[in-house]
Amino acid sequence: MNKIVVKDRLGKNYNLPANPGSTIMEIIRDAGLDIEAACGGCCACATCHIYVDNEWLSKLNPKDEDEESMLDQAFEIKENSRLGCQIEFDEDLNGIIVELAPD
Amino acid sequence: MEDKTDVLIVGAGPVALFAIFELGLLNIKCHLVDNLDKPGGQCSELYPEKPIYDIPARVMITGQELTDELMKQAKPFEPIFHLGQQVEKILKKNEKEWLIETSNGKTIIAKCIVIAAGAGSFVPRKPPIEGIENYENKNVFYSIKDKSIFKNKTVLIAGGGDSALDWTNELSNIADVKLIHRRKEFRAAPDSVNKMLELENKNRVNFILGQLTKIKKGKAKPIEVHFTHDNKINKIEIDYLLPFFGLKMELGPIANWGLNLNQNLIEVDTEKFETSTPSIFSIGDINYYPGKLKLILSGFHEAALMAQACFKYCYPDKKNIFRYTTSSKDLHKKLGIK
Repeated sequence: MNKIVVKDRLGKNYNLPANPGSTIMEIIRDAGLDIEAACGGCCACATCHIYVDNEWLSKLNPKDEDEESMLDQAFEIKENSRLGCQIEFDEDLNGIIVELAPD
Repeated sequence: MEDKTDVLIVGAGPVALFAIFELGLLNIKCHLVDNLDKPGGQCSELYPEKPIYDIPARVMITGQELTDELMKQAKPFEPIFHLGQQVEKILKKNEKEWLIETSNGKTIIAKCIVIAAGAGSFVPRKPPIEGIENYENKNVFYSIKDKSIFKNKTVLIAGGGDSALDWTNELSNIADVKLIHRRKEFRAAPDSVNKMLELENKNRVNFILGQLTKIKKGKAKPIEVHFTHDNKINKIEIDYLLPFFGLKMELGPIANWGLNLNQNLIEVDTEKFETSTPSIFSIGDINYYPGKLKLILSGFHEAALMAQACFKYCYPDKKNIFRYTTSSKDLHKKLGIK
């Protein structure tokens, strides 16, 4: 079974089962963790802001202009800031470690 | 003065706009209340330029085009919009009517209420800086009503979208304006961006790279804000801070109306899309029923069935005879077709 590892805002780690084709946001949301994802995943808000573990960053498709623009509406942006809805899970990302950004 | 109508619609997004049409075909008049200053909801506010591909018979339509078309379709029914305010309270006026109060003090009496509020109302996204609420509406503003207060003051505008850029350009005429953003790229109309860069070249606007981290009382000026860039902390004293980080959605007062909720969504039946309270309906993204899909398409269907049920409350003594818009002379008249 594929999985992702999500650290919540209290620092607790969760192993979440992950299916290829789902986005990281969907996996986190469907597991019931606190990710707002107000727009539902069409890259029109910034409420699925996450930090991706540096070791995994290079395995991701780079941010496009749309995602970079939406991140302008998020806070506490870091080098490893991404929007969860813009990362589609596939088997290469099995075990990826991400952290929920502050509300 | 109280307004009186048949149906009060909470929200003015695409599903609310189509509800005007479906209700109108049944001679039911509506008023709409929305927190935004224009109709269209998320389509107009969040993604006016983005394409939508799953509206039947429209291979592609943008959020704004969809809003514009729905407004045209609703026009014959003369809906009344109360924009820039939200419904605060609903009270049972008598057996057959509701009394609705908005945040602007407007009172509306209606036979039915239709909640088509999407993901809730849009409110400014506030930077998560400790203690910022102590300065709100004094030295920190999320929207501007009276720009004259900024005259000859030091104003720090934060953000990289249209609001941030437009106000930077506008206020540079009367104030000492600084713009802070995390990168020197902007998600705003190219004309506004060019104008800002031009003003910066002329030293009329001071651009700062960084992210806000702290706010406290200042010494020489009312507030001191801290910001970081490349892990370095900088400080600046200013008169006003104007954060423009877009809008977010909140359920707001709807949560207090005594309706059965399911994780912040309003439970409805799938025959009438009525809530746990008779004569209050809910359609679109904000409702919940088994199998619910949050699609504009589903909201349109819900609006049509809701209208049939509203008819019974609005015209209890009349029988509704179902007609097609294609052939009914009566419906053509309502639509203004000769």
